[in-house]
Formats: sequence, structure tokens, C-alpha cells
Amino acid sequence: MLINNFLLLGAVLFCIGVYGVIARKNAVMVLMSIELILNSVNINLLAFSMLHGNADGNTFALYIIAVAAAEVGVGLAMVLLIYRNRKSIALDELSEMKG
Amino acid sequence: MLAHVNDSAGWFLEHAWLIPVVPVIGFVVIILFGKRMPMKGSEVGIASMVGALVLSIGTAYQWIQRVDAAHGGHDEGSAIARGIAGFGRSLSAAASGEESTYVAPVIKSWTWWQSGGLEFGLGQHIDGLAVMMLILVAFISVLVQIFSLEYVRGDRRYTHFFAALTLFSGGMLTMVLAENMVQLILGWELMGLCSFMLIGHWWEDKANSRAALKAFFTVRVGDVGLLVGTAIVFFGANAFAVDNFGSNGFSIQAINAWAMSGEASHDVLLWGSVALFIACIGKSGQFPLHTWLPDAMAGPTPVSSLLHSSTMVVAGVFLVARVYPVFWEGLSIPGSSVNFIVLIGGITTLIAAFLAFVQNDIKKVLAYSTVSQLGLMMMGLGAGAWIAAVFHIFTHAFFKCCLFLCAGSVAHSGSHHSFDMKKDMGGLRKAMPVTFACWMIATAALTGFPFLAGFWSKDEIIATVGKNGYDVFFYLGFVSAFLTAAYMTRATYLTFFGTPRGAAAGEHHGDEHGEEHEQADDEAHVDALVHAGAHATAGHDAHDAHGHALAHDAHGHDAHDAHDAHDAHGHDDHHGAHHGPHESGKLLLVPICILAFLSIVAGFLQAPAFGESFEKLKLWVEPTTAPIATDDLLVGGFGQSVAVAPRAAAEGEKVCGYVAPSPGQACIFPAVTHPPFSWAKAGVATIIVFAAYAISFALCSLVYGTRRNKLQGLTGRNKLLGAGHRFLVNKYYLDDLYEKVVVRAVAYPISQAAYWINQRVLDGTVDAVGKGGRRTGEWIYRYVDQGAIDGLAVNGSGKAASGTGGALRPLQSGKVNQYGALLFGAAALGALVLVIVNI
Repeated sequence: MLINNFLLLGAVLFCIGVYGVIARKNAVMVLMSIELILNSVNINLLAFSMLHGNADGNTFALYIIAVAAAEVGVGLAMVLLIYRNRKSIALDELSEMKG
Repeated sequence: MLAHVNDSAGWFLEHAWLIPVVPVIGFVVIILFGKRMPMKGSEVGIASMVGALVLSIGTAYQWIQRVDAAHGGHDEGSAIARGIAGFGRSLSAAASGEESTYVAPVIKSWTWWQSGGLEFGLGQHIDGLAVMMLILVAFISVLVQIFSLEYVRGDRRYTHFFAALTLFSGGMLTMVLAENMVQLILGWELMGLCSFMLIGHWWEDKANSRAALKAFFTVRVGDVGLLVGTAIVFFGANAFAVDNFGSNGFSIQAINAWAMSGEASHDVLLWGSVALFIACIGKSGQFPLHTWLPDAMAGPTPVSSLLHSSTMVVAGVFLVARVYPVFWEGLSIPGSSVNFIVLIGGITTLIAAFLAFVQNDIKKVLAYSTVSQLGLMMMGLGAGAWIAAVFHIFTHAFFKCCLFLCAGSVAHSGSHHSFDMKKDMGGLRKAMPVTFACWMIATAALTGFPFLAGFWSKDEIIATVGKNGYDVFFYLGFVSAFLTAAYMTRATYLTFFGTPRGAAAGEHHGDEHGEEHEQADDEAHVDALVHAGAHATAGHDAHDAHGHALAHDAHGHDAHDAHDAHDAHGHDDHHGAHHGPHESGKLLLVPICILAFLSIVAGFLQAPAFGESFEKLKLWVEPTTAPIATDDLLVGGFGQSVAVAPRAAAEGEKVCGYVAPSPGQACIFPAVTHPPFSWAKAGVATIIVFAAYAISFALCSLVYGTRRNKLQGLTGRNKLLGAGHRFLVNKYYLDDLYEKVVVRAVAYPISQAAYWINQRVLDGTVDAVGKGGRRTGEWIYRYVDQGAIDGLAVNGSGKAASGTGGALRPLQSGKVNQYGALLFGAAALGALVLVIVNI
């Protein structure tokens, strides 16, 4: 079935994204992984939207794209600031949130 | 049968909603233009309060006319006599077919906002209770503002002070004539906000802003109950209100009718009343949330006076009185011998009275006295003494306001801005004769001296409580009367009798009462410093201005220069030792004298000993206890006044509160009992009060007198007494419990712990569970076990709270990846659960 392929693609993308978030040290890579996760969700939404012949999923996907853009903007700004302060964006060195 | 049709309610009754509008407009004007005005905005404040007072008096006048008209409107004597009979002295009286007359409240409502087809109204509900409170609040506010003119003169936030004071009164007035619960909450919260601003008026001092925050947050804890209670009652009453009245479940009239209708589920009423009463516990300073009230003394004295007499703290009592049927039915007030309200009220009145004995700050004595009196009111309401409790609100406002203003006058002119009775007062009766006389009258009224205001209201509460079968609380009322008389005698002695000390002596004495001073714990000391500090910033300007205003003052102000030299002695709280005590100016004395006069006469509004013509308050304030046809109660729609024909009850009609009204009829008020006045009980109370005067005066002159004797420093030598004293000085350790245990536990570790326990559970590792188990075991062993054995429950729990936080802290690594892993792990687990559930 066509839908299965879409869902499988979404699942694979999601797993890659999760792996990236957990395993990568580079903050930019983590942000990119988060994008992957969001896009895997988009694919799922579109797939189901197509399956049900309903435009709601498409709308949601558009929203998610907008939100993802904003989120990446904020994230990159933070990464930039961190780099400016520490000359490094390695996440494992950033444990000030400890407490 | 219709006795009398009264179609037009009269202009003042129809426009009573203007009363809170006037102060609110006044507030806006003061805030916007106050600073540019010749009197810095205070004139607007006073003018708006006078306006509100005039409107209130008009309203009261027309309300009384309305009541009299409803009772037949011929010669006064017979009208009152019939009214008394008709208001249903007891079950039997009404059942025997005497006449009951319904005086319709003037209800108006406009839509404020709509949401989901639900209309939230703003309006007025003018009945006897509202009228009494309106006139009381407006009157006290006027006097307090006049007093403030002089008292805070030269303050750096003079304009803001008057603005907040005006809005504060506006909030109370809004609440008092609220037509529905939403409006009541609006007024309630307005007051909460203004009390925060006023208590923290001198916020530069950290202790003051802390007191303001404490007041705000403590009351807020109770306010949760108000929201929950309103919601419960709304959902209970809404269908009934829509069906019968075309209003909704927020309408107070509809709520009352619903509660008495017999259709309401008892559980709903029970939980609704408990939730609403929790709000009253917070607002009216009942145990265990009374701790904010004495701290609220950090505000300027006029604020304390307004806050503690007619506004803010009586809001809780008013709420109970307002939706009394909910409590009546929900807590089964008739026929039980103990319930939630009466218990809390009883505890409060007793513990607060004990606390008043160990205070050195004159305002704190009065604060605890207020708490105690509020407890008495609540006790009365809980035991069915509705009219007595409402009457006590009325009389208490006069004498307590008078006492606070006297304390302000003493601090202003007698002890140079110190409120410490032991250090800076004593022997002031000669220097301040007018203040002394007024203080004595108000004290006598508060303690229940025969024929003064407090005598009538307090005795009526106690008598009714006894008659309704609340025996324990009947005796407790006497104990409370004894304690009240005793601690007020102590305060009077320390302030006005004995030898002048500190600032009151005009110079600095040696430490004559060494033992007593050693007893003063840190906190009392800090309090003294708070006042000293606050006045050091704001008070000095005021005092200089005051010095010019009172050029005729006998003692003169020639020693300003000596001030610094005195401070060099290192006695910070004695900073004012350069002024001799003297009488205050007219602006301070006039309000005090008016209040003292009212403390004498206010009681005769409801003095059943002198016959029925002295029971006016009951006639004017108490709603009818007979069922009324629902059509007569109908709210006529938004923005319209309802003119309901006052209607005589039919013969043998059933009495509300005991039997459900028949279909087509509704009750708005239960048939509360009114015990006949008994000279014997009043005599016993009087003897108790006089005994307390005598014992307390004798003890005070021994303990605080100049002659050395065994009683001095007894608490320092005797371990048991010392422990008791310390227990009281530390206010039963309730503050420690709240701040060190509850707040810390909630604010820091629990939130952390909750977060991290989540993470650990999600981690799902056996290891973590094992460790957690071991830690819990250790924790129980170390803190609960040993703590309990040590008997240091308070300290132990405090440590335990921070211990828990410390133990869990290492788990928070700060590594983003780890957080991410936990997040996705949680999501995966959640998904797994969903999948399993769906299969």
C-alpha cells in the first residue's frame, strides 16, 4: 500500500532524528535532527491527510513548517550566543543547567 | 394577600450602584491628577468617600422607609412591634400564624460580559445587610481618610496612599452590594490588591514588602476556595436559577433560594460551603491562616484601622452572612452541636486572644484582638446567630477603628512613632487625655462593658450560640470575653498607666525592666526596628510638618538637634527620645472622638433588654424567614429594578430553613433563632469581664510596675511558664511551619523532586528504584524516626524538605542530550502504553 511507504519513511526519519538528538555533540547537528523529527511528523500528517481525503493534515503541516522555522531561528541564535561565549558548541560541555 | 404595593423604590435605592462607582472614579482622578492638586489628591479621596457616604445614607434612609412601609406604615411603635413578631422569633412563633413581611431587595443587573451564552452581570443587591455594610464602610472610610490627612502628611507617596485607600473602600463597597458572585469576587480581589499596596506602602523596608507579600499570598491561598466554591455553587444552582428566576447560578438571590429549596443536593452544598468558608478563613484571618493579619501592621496605622474594622477582614464574615442559606443547609447548622465554621471560629477566637498577651507592639495586640473578634463572629454565624454576628460586625467596626486610631495618635504624638508598649509608652494618660478617654471608651466597648456597643453584640452572639445547642462554644464565648478584657487591660496599662518609658518619658531611661527586655525575642525586636525604620524614612517629614501645625503645643519641639546625639547611644528603636509626649492635633482627635461616641451608642440599635423598640437592626437587616412566591422573587431582567410587593405571610406558613418551601414558593433566608435577652447571662458576662479587668490590672501593676517583686521575670525563671511564653511569642510556630516547611517544601524540592521522580520512573531502571528505596528508608530513619523521637518535628521537617531536594539534586545532570533521551523515552513509553491499551 502506498500509505505504508509514507509511514515507513516517516518512522525512519523520526528514528534518525532521535538518534541525532541523543548522540550528536554538535548543537547545530542536534537542531538539524530536530528538524528531521518535525519533518517526519509532517510526512505522517500528509500521508493520513491523503488517506482520508481531508485537507486538515495539509494545514497542520503548513503550521508545523512555520513553527519549525521559528524554532530553528531561536535555536540558532542561542547556539551563536553560546559559541560567542565559549568558543565551542559541544553540548556535553554545557552542563550549567545542572542543579 | 398583598399588604402594601410599593412600586417605586426611591431614587437612592434605585441608584445604589453609584456608591462604589464614586470612589473608583475618585481613584482614577487621584492617580491621574492628584499630584498637581493643592492637597495632593487627598481632597478628591475624601470628597469621593463623602459622596459615597451621602449616597449610602440616602439609601439607608429609603431602605428604612421601605421596611416601615412594608410593615404597614402607620405609627412607628406598632409597625415595629408587628415587624418583630413577624420576623419569626422562632419556629413556634411563626408557626402559630403570626405575620411575616417580605421586603423585597432592590436588585438590578447589567451584563458585564458574556461567554458561552452565560451572562456575567454587574449590579446591585440592596437589602438590609448591604445597606448596613454600605453605610459602615463609607462612614469609616471618611473618618480614616480625615485621620490620614494629618497622619501621613509629608509622606513621599502621599498621593498614592490616598488613591489606594479610596480604591480599597471602592472594592469593599463593590463587594457589599454585589448582585452576583462574580461581582463579589471582583470586589474581593480589588481589596486584596489594595491591601497589598497599602500594607507595603513603605516598601523600601524589606520587612514591609515581605509583610505585604505574606498578606497577599496567604489570602490567595484562601481565594482558591472562593473560586472553587463559586464554581461548585454555580453548577449546583444554575439549572434552578434559570428555571425559576431567569438569572443564572451566580445570582446571590438565586443561590440563596436554591440552597433553601430542598432540591439542592446536600453534598454539593456541603462542598460548596466548605470551599467558600476556606476563602473566608484566608480573608478574615481565621485559624490557621490568621498569620498574615498581625504582619499587616507593617502598613501605616490608618490602613490597619480601615483594614481591621470595616473592610477586608470582615469581607469573609460578610460572605458567610451573604450566602448564609448555603452554609445553613450545607453544614446543617440547625440541630448540630459542632460544625466546620463554629469550630474554626472558636479556635480562632481563643488562640488569637492568647497571642495578644505576649505582644509588645500595641498594634499587634489590636490585630490579634481583631482576629479573636472575627473568630467570635464566625462562631456566631456557624451557630446560627446571624443577626448577632452581623451586629457585631457593625459595633466592632466602630470601637476597633477607634482603638487603632488611638494607637496611631499615641505613636504620632506620644511615643514618637514607636509602637512598642514596653519601651516607649506608659503613663501617657496625663499627656494625652483625649486619646486616653477615647481609648478607654473603645476598650470598654470592645471588652463588653455594660451598655456599651460590644456588650450588646457580644452577649447576643454568646446567648444565641448557647440557645442553639452549641454548649461548648457557649462557654468558650465567656472564656474569650474574659481573655479580651484581660489583654486589653494589659495593653491599656502598658500604654497609659505606670511610669513613662522611653519616648513617652521624653528622654531615655535606664533599663529598668531588664528581665522583661530579655524576654523580647528577636522577632519582636525586628518588628520594632521595622516601625522605627519605616518612620525614619517617611515619618520624619511628617513630624516636622506636624510640629508647625501644632505651634500651640505645650511641650514644644526645641530639641530637634538632640536627635542625632540620642541615636548615637545605639538604641535604634529609641530614636525619638527627644520629644515629650503631647496631645494630638484636631485632625487626629475628631475622628477618634466620633468613633468613641459611636462605640457608646451603636449598641442601642439592637439592645433587646430595653424592649422591642430597641431591636431596630433586626427589623431593618434580617430578611424574611417565610416562603415567598417565586414570582415575587423573579429578577425582572437586566438593567431593571424589581419592585416586588411586600407581602404578608399566610397563616401557618412553614418556616424556611427547617422545611422545604412548597412548589411555586422560595425561601431566601432561614429562620434563625433569637433568644430572649437574659439579665442573668449578661450579668455573668459582666462579672467575668470585671474580674478580668481586676486580675489583669493587678498582675500588670505587679509585673510591669516599678516595685521589684517575684512576678517580674517569672517566665525567665520558671521553665514551664517560659516554654509557654516562648510558644506564644513564636505564634504557635505556625509561621515557621508555613515558611520553613510548607513554602520551602512546595517551592523548591517538591517541584524538583516531582520532575525528577518522573524521569526516574521513565528511566525504568531497577537500580534507580533500589536507590530510591534506600534513600527513602534512610530518610524515614533519619528524619521521621529520629525526628519524632527527638520531638523536633518542626526542625526535622524543615531539614527533611531540604534533604529530599539535596538527595535528588545529583540526578539533574545538565546534559541536554540526556534530557532529550529521557523525553523521547517517555514519549516512546507513552506510545507503547497507547498501543497496548488499544489492542
